[in-house]
Amino acid sequence: MTDTAAARTAPDRAAVHAWLQAYGVYVGVAVLLLFNIAFTDHFLSAENFRTQAVQVAPILIVALGMALAIGSEGIDLSVGSVMALSTSLVALYLGYGPWIALLAAVLGGVAVGMVNGSLIAFVGVQPIVATLALMVGGRGLALVLLPQLKDVRDPGMRALGSGDVLGVPYPVLIAVALVAVVAFTVRRTTFGRQLLAIGDSRPAARLAGLPVRRVLVYVYIASGALAAVAGFLATARLQASDPTSLGTLMELSAITAVVVGGTPLSGGRVRIGGTVAGAVLIQLLTATLVKHDLPPSWTQMAQAVVIVAAVYAARERGKR
Amino acid sequence: MAEHVLSTRSLTKRFPGVLALDRVDFGVRAGEVHALIGENGAGKSTLIKVLTGVYAPDGGEVLRDGGPATFGTPLAAQQAGISTIYQEVNLVPLMSVARNLFLGREPRGRFGLIDFDRMHRESERILSEYGVRTDVRRPLGELGVGAQQMVALARAVWVDAKVVVMDEPTSSLEPREVETLFGVIRRLRDRGVAVVYVSHRLDELYAVCDAVTVLRDGRTVHTGPLQGLERLRLVSMMLGREIGEVRAEGTTKFGGDHEAASAEPVLRVDGLSVQHQLHDVSFAVRPGEVVGLGGLLGSGRTETAKSVAGALAPSAGRVTVAGARVRTGSPGAAIRAGISLLPEDRKTEGIVPGLSVRENIALAVLPRLSRAGLVSEARIDSLVGTFMERLRIKASSPHQKAGELSGGNQQKVLLARWLAAEPRVLLLDEPTRGIDVGAKAEVQKLVDELAADGLGVLLISSDLEELIEGSDRVVVLRDGAVVGELTGDEVTEDRLMEAIAAAAEEEPHLADAAPGDVRKAAAHD
Repeated sequence: MTDTAAARTAPDRAAVHAWLQAYGVYVGVAVLLLFNIAFTDHFLSAENFRTQAVQVAPILIVALGMALAIGSEGIDLSVGSVMALSTSLVALYLGYGPWIALLAAVLGGVAVGMVNGSLIAFVGVQPIVATLALMVGGRGLALVLLPQLKDVRDPGMRALGSGDVLGVPYPVLIAVALVAVVAFTVRRTTFGRQLLAIGDSRPAARLAGLPVRRVLVYVYIASGALAAVAGFLATARLQASDPTSLGTLMELSAITAVVVGGTPLSGGRVRIGGTVAGAVLIQLLTATLVKHDLPPSWTQMAQAVVIVAAVYAARERGKR
Repeated sequence: MAEHVLSTRSLTKRFPGVLALDRVDFGVRAGEVHALIGENGAGKSTLIKVLTGVYAPDGGEVLRDGGPATFGTPLAAQQAGISTIYQEVNLVPLMSVARNLFLGREPRGRFGLIDFDRMHRESERILSEYGVRTDVRRPLGELGVGAQQMVALARAVWVDAKVVVMDEPTSSLEPREVETLFGVIRRLRDRGVAVVYVSHRLDELYAVCDAVTVLRDGRTVHTGPLQGLERLRLVSMMLGREIGEVRAEGTTKFGGDHEAASAEPVLRVDGLSVQHQLHDVSFAVRPGEVVGLGGLLGSGRTETAKSVAGALAPSAGRVTVAGARVRTGSPGAAIRAGISLLPEDRKTEGIVPGLSVRENIALAVLPRLSRAGLVSEARIDSLVGTFMERLRIKASSPHQKAGELSGGNQQKVLLARWLAAEPRVLLLDEPTRGIDVGAKAEVQKLVDELAADGLGVLLISSDLEELIEGSDRVVVLRDGAVVGELTGDEVTEDRLMEAIAAAAEEEPHLADAAPGDVRKAAAHD
């Protein structure tokens, strides 16, 4: 057959793009690691890895919730504001101890999630609009609760922010535990399966008798709660509560991590491993540019390039 | 014989793991209506997509007027005078009818602005030729599917197409709209346009086509004039089975009447009404009985099935299963009560394309297969294994994406999903539409078996033969109301058509709906 080679190119191209969408993010992480090992001073040190890991933890935790929202064919723009609300609540309730503060923060996130989810599931507002409203309103509420920056001096909080177990910082442990919980939820629970079906085809899921509204509300509650935990950890690390700036543009970092990790914006699929790698990729990219004395604006442009590459891979895949 | 206007030579197209077209030769002449037929998966859709520039071929070539003309994009094909009318109308639903018709060729007035007056006048004139009388300023999406299809066709002709490709144009039309369509097709032919006509309905082919090409497994198995070709021979070529075999088994797979027990009805529907759509619909289905819902497109058959299944919230009325009242407006409640609906629109309301065959089958019964919210993979595997075997679902594995299967196999996956829910009443809305002859026979046989097992079945089908042979009784609907019921010996095609026609004459159709407009216009012809 003389036309074999020609015949193969098209499917092969599609296969390459599919592979890139699913695994390109791991290649990116590997390339950045190798580059830094070769060209960045003091990169291969336990201290550096520790710093990187602590910094990536909040992005990753927020991205987990975002992955669920995107998997349900939605999006959650309010996550950054939930972090701000979380830090305000922590400052207000820290007097009762760090655990009560954490509880208050998470309840705040759950409340925002319930409003988001109800607007989307019951009122029928589009996710991008509903969560945009909460993005604006959430930060407003955070500033009403705590109008200015406040130092957080609490030994318990400091331990959570910078303490460790066998050299692994608490925020990293918490992030890893949450990754495991979310991955398990997506793969093994009824909720996870229903979420994917709803994200892929809402009318079909509804006719199959799935509790579409309940699942959607849970998705946004989960996203809100995860963002609140991220806000708590960020507060603990900074030892300050700053609702004006904490979590700004976090929604974009989280969306980037999810999309770069191979989760399609069209819903129906959630890649947790890819999301983790996506968050790590963004962190490494920032760190690499900073360590080579390039201005922060470069980081944003580099992120843009990564997003375009990820979306390009996804587009080619969708075409077939 | 005239030159081929559009033809292919040794056309080959591969997809991962599938040889969709294997050196296909095909040609259509000016002034010819050429049927393209074959079972699902035979390669018809792929051939059309290569002809119209959607897919690039992997081998062979497309010829336009005998010269090489493989189109790189759909636009290139359009510019070469090839227009396509897909099963799903691909116009812009939010734009007005007139704008759709003139999209990209709007008449310009002073200052280069669109001359809306002229556009609307012209649109009305053009569409009236197609039996569509409607306000052309209204968004296209508000028209019935049949009327939308006419607009698509009018546009195709209006842009001066030399070749018009129609992919199952009648699948959502009612009989009179089909007649109008055939009239248009004949006029096109007389004007020297070449028409490629894809359909599963043999009656239509004999009514309107001159030549036929049969594809099977990506190859051309027959091409030639249609006249003189026996219908059974055609079927046997599509199926790749011997004539005797086909003849012996008949064209539908339904067995005899079911001994509709005098038992209490398993499903009882009382006074079901949906604003503007259904008016006081009542009927009952007994266990072991297949009840057909007859009527024209837009008569409320689908709406009836949907409101019984909870997918459409009724404004009044009561649904009971085995004497227990079912909460309406909730698909979940209906499923728990034992009502399952196989929806008409398989692609958007049935299959979840990105999930595997396995997940699709288990979808409706996940809670039952789970403990404390955790899914039991072993229980899913055994359920899926059972149904894939029983329904003979052809997939490379249970993990293949359902969206990749052929229409017939998707339908079987959906049937498996609903049977897994262990229903007492099965509502089948066009269960065999758009699926190949083989799968159709299997589905029909299955419906018989299920009824024999004591299920109550409600059958909706635009295929009269299927409805008549499959049903023990037929409830006839018109304009959302029950207008008659055929039982016993009355269940014949003639009686059904009489029932529909008689009802329609008693009280002329006055509703301001597009299909009605088409119907009225067709009646004037």
